Parts: sequence; structure tokens; C-alpha cells
Amino acid sequence: MKILVLLKRVPDPDTKIRIKSDGSAVDLDGVKFAVNPFDSIALEESLRIKERLGEAEIVVATIGGDECVEQLRVGLAMGADRALLVKTADSLDPLAIAKVLAAIYRREQPALVLMGKQAIDDDSNQVGQMLAALLGIGQATFVSKLELIENHTKARCGRETDAGIETVSVRLPAIITSDLRLNEPRYVSLPGIIKAKKKPLEELALASLGLAVTSRTQVLKLETPAPRKAGVRVKTVDDLLEKLNITIRCRTF
Amino acid sequence: MPNILVIAEHDIGQLKLATLSAVAFAGQIVAAASGSFDILVIGNNVAPTVELLRNYGASTVLVADHAQLEHPVGDKYAQVIADVATQRGATMVVGAASTFSKDILPRAAALLDAAMLSDVIGAHLAGDDFIFRRVMFAGNVIATVKLGGAVRFLTVRATAFAHPPKGAESSPVLSVAVEADKLPAFIEYVGRESKETGRPDSTEARVVVSGGRAIKNAEDFERLIGGLADALGGAVGSSRALVDAGVTPNSLQVGQTGKVVAPDLYIAVGISGAIQHLAGMKDTKVIVAINKDPDAPIFEVADFGMVADVYQAVPELVQKLRNQTA
Repeated sequence: MKILVLLKRVPDPDTKIRIKSDGSAVDLDGVKFAVNPFDSIALEESLRIKERLGEAEIVVATIGGDECVEQLRVGLAMGADRALLVKTADSLDPLAIAKVLAAIYRREQPALVLMGKQAIDDDSNQVGQMLAALLGIGQATFVSKLELIENHTKARCGRETDAGIETVSVRLPAIITSDLRLNEPRYVSLPGIIKAKKKPLEELALASLGLAVTSRTQVLKLETPAPRKAGVRVKTVDDLLEKLNITIRCRTF
Repeated sequence: MPNILVIAEHDIGQLKLATLSAVAFAGQIVAAASGSFDILVIGNNVAPTVELLRNYGASTVLVADHAQLEHPVGDKYAQVIADVATQRGATMVVGAASTFSKDILPRAAALLDAAMLSDVIGAHLAGDDFIFRRVMFAGNVIATVKLGGAVRFLTVRATAFAHPPKGAESSPVLSVAVEADKLPAFIEYVGRESKETGRPDSTEARVVVSGGRAIKNAEDFERLIGGLADALGGAVGSSRALVDAGVTPNSLQVGQTGKVVAPDLYIAVGISGAIQHLAGMKDTKVIVAINKDPDAPIFEVADFGMVADVYQAVPELVQKLRNQTA
């Protein structure tokens, strides 16, 4: 079984995000980067599937500049078999990304695509669903439980929805996007890092895919929301009760 | 002139109130640039939901009612939305930012080769086009964005758009044909696990009481967080830590990857206040925090903070609230 796992390079989730003084972009000076945490979960799930099946090929792919090699190497060190970087300096919106990923999909013909439900930088939560639509295949989003069934022709997925865990069965190939509780990704080991250096990492120019993709979204300005001010501290439950009563009365509950 | 299609959300016939925020957003756009909006209700036997949506100024309330549409599976719903948007000549398709819309709308957008913005919190007309504001980076960045294309998809944050008043005029209802055998069938709905608690949904309640790491188990959560919520007639929420620990179900999680709430009053009990959690509740009107750690970041955003052991403070507070109403 071939599994395609999509990784995005994002600022480390513990980074304090600063915006450039002219509001044009996030200030990335000195920022550490990581694999999008949801994508790490997707990769971990593919590794577990491989361990269960005994055999599978796991391809990690991303789109971006040379710097993305760093995240692909992390993917290889975690256990992926090979990596693919589609190189572009352009900033692409989710629909454009989905179009590029569709080209990768057609080239690789995987049985399953795993990726995070959203990237923690732009928080769009669109690419997987768009990719499934472009390919005319099924999707299961926000997945916290995944089981291959019926001789690996379907995936039975638990989805984290606003109303609780929903179970769907989706025909393969399909796009599955991972939620937080699907698994806990393994740490990269030293032997893993050494092995990763020998694994194939292919680079393709976006132009070579023969796609005309442009972003229809244009960011005009970024700003930081006005911070909330810390209020007052109360010492006793009676003080707190008084504040609650005032709050409740003012809001005419 | 914008021609907007608002996608209604309901849970087996129970209208999700966030739909009214999407309607309010459509109303704002139409007020700024004339044009009109329709509301589309998809489901099985959804006539009661349709009735609830007839007094909000829609040109038409469209209904795609079919047994095959009983559950919101992404492939079928996205196809219906794309078909209806095309038939109606929609230039904008809008839903509330929820797991329902997030699953389905991007799929429908790609079917129409349309780009999309998630988590929109504002829009204004600049020249002859709209400019949108949306949140990203766990609510730490607000982006002002232009979105091109003949059809544009948006999800809007319910917390940013107050429900519109009910009008006297009743929108006409139009049934749209559903060719069920032509709809895709990649996804099969199996079932759902959800506990009926009798408490309101945290995204719809005026008071939300949330528990964090300080709560040791499900019984304590029910007694302390549930007890305080009940004393205030509110909903319960949870930090990610408690969901990860199996103490609370995922549907209670408030934060960047969970629900976004903005009630009148949010009481954070034993929640440290990681940025991922704050992303889901910092637009609340009044935040109260109870936490043993005086340096917990939650106190930096709380209007009223109390440094205390939640196991002592909360039962006392619940008792005193009950005595007041007794």
C-alpha cells in the first residue's frame, strides 16, 4: 500500500508570533520552524499502518522553498521512505495548494492520503477537502480514529465534530485529515536521522508540473488583535460572588 | 451585486443558532452593496428548520430535502451546495465556522473552482469590492484579505456577528430537486456517539464554565464544572488537556482546534490559559479565572481572577449561588 503524507513547514507552535511593523507579514526573523503538528500526527498514523500491514511505502511531500527540505528530512527520520518537494517561491492559497497536490497525487497514485486537518499558521482547514473534491474521491476530516476495513478497500474513521465523535466509512483512495487525538507522534531518533540522510528526496520545479496556479486570496495587511487587559484579583469566594452578581445583573440574564 | 447563498446548519432538525450569524453576515453584505441572499437547508424532513429561517430577509429559503441527505456527509452535501450555487448564480457562499461547514464548504468550493476564506470576522466595501478580516495563528493575527473569483466561499465566526432581529415578512420556500442516484457515495455515515446532558451547547450559551488540568477525573468534572454551570444555567467546556486525558469528550473542547465561544460570562476553572485555549474564548465579555497558580497566563486576560484551589473554591461558590436563588 502506498500512503502519501502531506507535511507543511510552519513556525514552531510555541513561537510568539510577531508582525512586521509595516503590517506586511509575520516577522520570521529568528523563528524556529517545525512540521505542522497535525501533519506529524498524520505521518505517525501512516507509520502505524505500515507497522500493522508489515509492508507499505510512505511518501512525504510538501510545496515551498529549499528550506522545506528540513521538514521533509524530519519526516524521513520519523520513518517515511522517500520525500518529494515541489519547489516554488510563490505564496499559494489553499485552492492553489490543492491543485498542486492533485498533480502530486496523480503522479504517485497512492491508496491513501493523510494530512493534518489544518495548519497552525493560517488555520484555514481547507486543503484536504479541496483536494478530495478535485480528485473526485472521498474524504474524512478531523479524524481521531482510523481503521482499514474490508481488505483495505475502506477506512472506518472516527471524526471529531462539534456534536461528538461521528463514525463514517470512506472508500479508498481517500483523503483523511487528522485531528489531535488520532495518536501521539514518535520522537525522531538518532538512528532515524542518520538513515534519513540516505533516503531519496526528489525536488521538482512547480513549473515542471505543467500547472497554471495562482492565488486568488491577497493579504493586504496583518495586525495583532487588541490585547485584553488583566482585571482585578479577588481574595475570597464572597468577593468573587459579588463580582459575579454584578456581572450577571449588568447583563440582565 | 452580491448574490449570496447561506448554508443553514442543523443537527437532525435542530437549527444551530450559528446559522443566524451567517445570515447576519449576509445581511451586512447585502446592506452595503445591495444584492440579495438565499438560505439553503439540506437534510431529511427539514420543514420545521425551514420555518425557523423564513423571517430573516432571505429572498428565498431553498430546501434540499431527501432521505439520502439525512446525515451531513461531505461528498453529497458539497455536491448539492455546488449545484444549487450554480443554479442560483451565487457569487458568495457562506456558512458559520463549525465542523459542519469546515468539512463541507471547502469541498463545495473546489467543485466550483472557487477560493475560500475561513473564520471571517468582518467585511467592508472598498471601492467596488469587499475586503474581509479573518483570524489566523490561533487568533494572534488578524489578516485583512481580498478574495478574487466569480464565486467566493466564506465561513464566518458566529461570535463576530450578532443574530439579526426577526422580521414580519416571510420568505418564500422553494424546493430544489435532488437527484439522489447522481450524488457521490464515497462516504457512508455509520453513527455518532454523543451524550445528552440537557445543558446548552457552549457556542450558544450566555454562560460557559470550563474546566482544565486541575480537574482530576470525570466525576469531579461533573460535580465541580457541571455543578457551577447548572447553578448559572450555563454550558460546560473543557481545555484540551482534559480531553486528551479522557476526562471530557472532544465536543467540549474550547480553543484553536475546538470550539470558539464568546459568551457574556466565561469561567475558567483550573485552566492555565495556553494561547491555543485563549484562541477559543478571548472574545468573551467577562472572563473569570480560578486557578491555584498565581502566575497562570489565564489571569492576564481575566476580568476577575481568584488564586485558589478549585476543589475548595468551586463547591463553596456553587453552594452560595444556590443559597442566593433558594
